[in-house]
Amino acid sequence: MAKVIGAVVVDNEECKGCGLCVVACPQDVLGQNKQVNSRGYHYSFMKNPEACIGCSNCATVCPDTCITVYRVKL
Amino acid sequence: MELADIINPKNLVYEKPALLTSTTMHYCPGCSHGVVHKLLAEVIEDLGIQEKTIGVSPVGCAVFAYNYIDIDWQEAAHGRAPAVATGIARTNPDKVVFTYQGDGDLASIGTAEILHACNRGEDMVVIFVNNGIYGMTGGQMAPTTLLGQITATTPTGRDAGRNGYPLKITELIAQLSGTSYVTRQSVQTPAAIRKCKKAISKAFQAAIDKKGTSFVEVVSTCNMNWKMTPVKANEWMVENMFPFYVPGDLKDSSKNNPESYTPLKN
Repeated sequence: MAKVIGAVVVDNEECKGCGLCVVACPQDVLGQNKQVNSRGYHYSFMKNPEACIGCSNCATVCPDTCITVYRVKL
Repeated sequence: MELADIINPKNLVYEKPALLTSTTMHYCPGCSHGVVHKLLAEVIEDLGIQEKTIGVSPVGCAVFAYNYIDIDWQEAAHGRAPAVATGIARTNPDKVVFTYQGDGDLASIGTAEILHACNRGEDMVVIFVNNGIYGMTGGQMAPTTLLGQITATTPTGRDAGRNGYPLKITELIAQLSGTSYVTRQSVQTPAAIRKCKKAISKAFQAAIDKKGTSFVEVVSTCNMNWKMTPVKANEWMVENMFPFYVPGDLKDSSKNNPESYTPLKN
């Protein structure tokens, strides 16, 4: 089976830190940053980037559509 | 492979729909409205009807919907979105008209308008976001509030003797002859969101084909006024709202076929 690697880019300023993407991720890739953005929200980031498979579940559940997903087949 | 190699436009699998504007939504973190807006933008883009879609926005949290989706909009008075949409649909038969309403707007002050618009079978789509509470005004009891649910105006929980019973407006509407597609969806998981997108797409297709009114209820959360985290609110919704507001298709037929209504059983 072809291996798939993905990556997500979170728009740090748009993210409101709701945490829905953290729960939706089947690979436990995302986490909430200890730092806050200019509006005071703990924005999401890839805490475990190697595990990402680019399934785009996080982007689908994001209410503010601040996640962009990329995927490569090896 | 380095991250910089993966993050390349040719590897893109998901990005913000082109129809969503760059305006930051005013919704609270984790609000279901954002997901429903995104689905609407995706469906309108997929069907290629941006130029001929007219939305009617309600009074409630979604009052600023016209700032977020790049189509034509008309703002209506509280609860009167179906009446305004009727006028737009009748004078512009080549346009695709939809209303976007919450439960305080549709199931309380606008009950007369929605029932009669659906009964007349106006060719439009109704998106009904039901979170069981008045979100914008600070979490007061709505007609759809569950029995025992704590709100700002029912601090000891909704009591049937004092406050009456929760209103299943979608079940009422499914029995009307003018409706063609009536469904209840939710947006708490990726699977549910993809299913909801299909339902919205089908509803818009029915409106384009002039099949009568299509009605999509989206059972959603109001984590701020339920006083929960977004994740906990989704769990609460599955546990408490779904036994009463059972998700699924209530009616899938053409106009003038009230017998096709099938009650959903949990």
